Amino acid sequence: MNRQFGEAILDLKNVSLVFGGVKALTDISFDVREHEIRAIIGPNGAGKSSMLNVINGVYRPQQGEIILRGRHFARMNPYKAAKAGISRTFQNIALFKGMSVIDNIMTGRNLKIGTNLLLQAIWWGPARREELAHRAKVEEVIDFLEIQHIRKTPVGRLPYGLQKRVDLGRALAMEPSILLLDEPMAGMNVEEKQDMCRFILDVNDQFGTTIVLIEHDMGVVMDISDRVVVLDYGRKIGDGTPDEVRADPEVISAYLGASH
Amino acid sequence: MLYRENGQFKTSYAADQQIFPIAQDRWAILAIVAFAFVGVPLLVDEYLFRAILIPFLILALAALGVNILVGFCGQITLGAGAFMAVGAYAAYNFHIRIEDLPLLMSLLLGGLTSAVVGIFFGIPSLRVRGLYLAVATLAAQFFTDWVFLRVPWFTDNAASGSVSVSNLRIMGWQIDTPVSKYLFCLAFLTIFALLAKNMTRCAIGRQWMAIRDMDVAAEVIGIRPLFAKLSAFAVSSFFVGTAGALWGFIHLASWEPAAFSVDRSFQLLFMVIIGGLGSIMGSFFGAAFIVILPIALNQFLPALGGLFGVSISTAGVSHAELITFGALIIFFLIKEPHGIARLWSTGKEKLRLWPFPH
Repeated sequence: MNRQFGEAILDLKNVSLVFGGVKALTDISFDVREHEIRAIIGPNGAGKSSMLNVINGVYRPQQGEIILRGRHFARMNPYKAAKAGISRTFQNIALFKGMSVIDNIMTGRNLKIGTNLLLQAIWWGPARREELAHRAKVEEVIDFLEIQHIRKTPVGRLPYGLQKRVDLGRALAMEPSILLLDEPMAGMNVEEKQDMCRFILDVNDQFGTTIVLIEHDMGVVMDISDRVVVLDYGRKIGDGTPDEVRADPEVISAYLGASH
Repeated sequence: MLYRENGQFKTSYAADQQIFPIAQDRWAILAIVAFAFVGVPLLVDEYLFRAILIPFLILALAALGVNILVGFCGQITLGAGAFMAVGAYAAYNFHIRIEDLPLLMSLLLGGLTSAVVGIFFGIPSLRVRGLYLAVATLAAQFFTDWVFLRVPWFTDNAASGSVSVSNLRIMGWQIDTPVSKYLFCLAFLTIFALLAKNMTRCAIGRQWMAIRDMDVAAEVIGIRPLFAKLSAFAVSSFFVGTAGALWGFIHLASWEPAAFSVDRSFQLLFMVIIGGLGSIMGSFFGAAFIVILPIALNQFLPALGGLFGVSISTAGVSHAELITFGALIIFFLIKEPHGIARLWSTGKEKLRLWPFPH
């Protein structure tokens, strides 16, 4: 497999995040190149999810900055991140439980909707056309993820694996340039994991989407990612291709707890 | 067997996104609306109009508004009565202070004023949620109670604090008989219900529901909580305020602040909880349940007593009415916490498969 990457589109510089007395992240820097699949791994509590939350502005780091396509963000917020083309999925599925699969994925189109409340209230002209055009886009996502049969089902009734897929669908409907996946395969059986891997690789391959993912399944991480960052206790202890990381003594000791 | 969508193939997203995608539903609703406009005025007597139908229509409109805020956007409010009061008194002031302002304009301006006040009292929702927000909205209730009782300007210096309107006409059509009042309110309700349905199936409705279901995820998708919450407060207060203006102008004709007390706020909240949170249909069910049931019990209980040779005193009837009503509410909340609307949709799903179990 010969993969082509572009420039670094996302660059994190010296990010530190503190909650009260707890240092969640300490002086972390790494970059993400366009079109690559970048994994963040580490033991529980290493700060992986905090890292994603910093990237899309849910948490504000005390120090450091985020450079996205050459633009500097000292203070990111979720809205700015979404506008800049970052979308994400959640570790504990954060779908809108009362809404159908279609409506959940339609919310992903929210930023692309231009008509105002009054036009929508009378369901007329531009509002109606826009709604139907977005529906067509959403159906493409539904086809891509092979969830046609459940499109009208309220997501609360779906099994876990399918909910994860809808979560991915909602993120994809934003047509992101960077997709953050927080443990997309947690709690899945082997077949579901294989399906999810296939979707992630296809998204990366067909749409050229850059992917940053957190995952505990080492087999999956080593197979699909191009480069891996390793965190432990909020510090970066390793960075490189899967093979380099696997051979790194510090990483091995963090995972196996070997004494120095 | 009759209620089935077999053979109704949809070939466009427009057809799939209709309000009633199933043909039988469309015809049934059309028939009901036509009957409400044409059949009811011919069949019903004056008492029913005044005691049941007109209050039902107006309170259903207010319940729609409350449901948008509580059911769709998930922001609990105990201030619905306050927004009805703002709508009613604002419409009154526009009506008496601006010469020759058409009645329709007064009512809608009342609604708009209520929307502005609603946005103001919605600001705490950006910081607090759940029960704390309910307490914050209660402030709106006590504030308006006080303002309309104590500031004489709002009641045109009426000594008793009571205001009245008369000689209502719209484009030469005098609204004085119960039938004309009924038709006027029905027209309002029909149009507003359609607007509410459209909003809730469109982008703005999805924003509200996203905030209700999972606000962090909504923000990450690019929904601004500020806009979503305050727009819900605005639209909801507009509906409730317009209903308040209708309640004052059309139903009561002369009213004082007590007409929009905190009891009214609770009544409206119960309507949407019993009818079904997050359902347009539920607002109608809830309003019907709360308006019609007490009166129906009132008529029915003495007859039931007579059947067993027991005569019930008037006081006994009104006590029994409250007891039965309370018991029914508890029964509904235990059997179906999602309200009558959920029972209705479960029933429809069963009917589509009938006579087969799956």
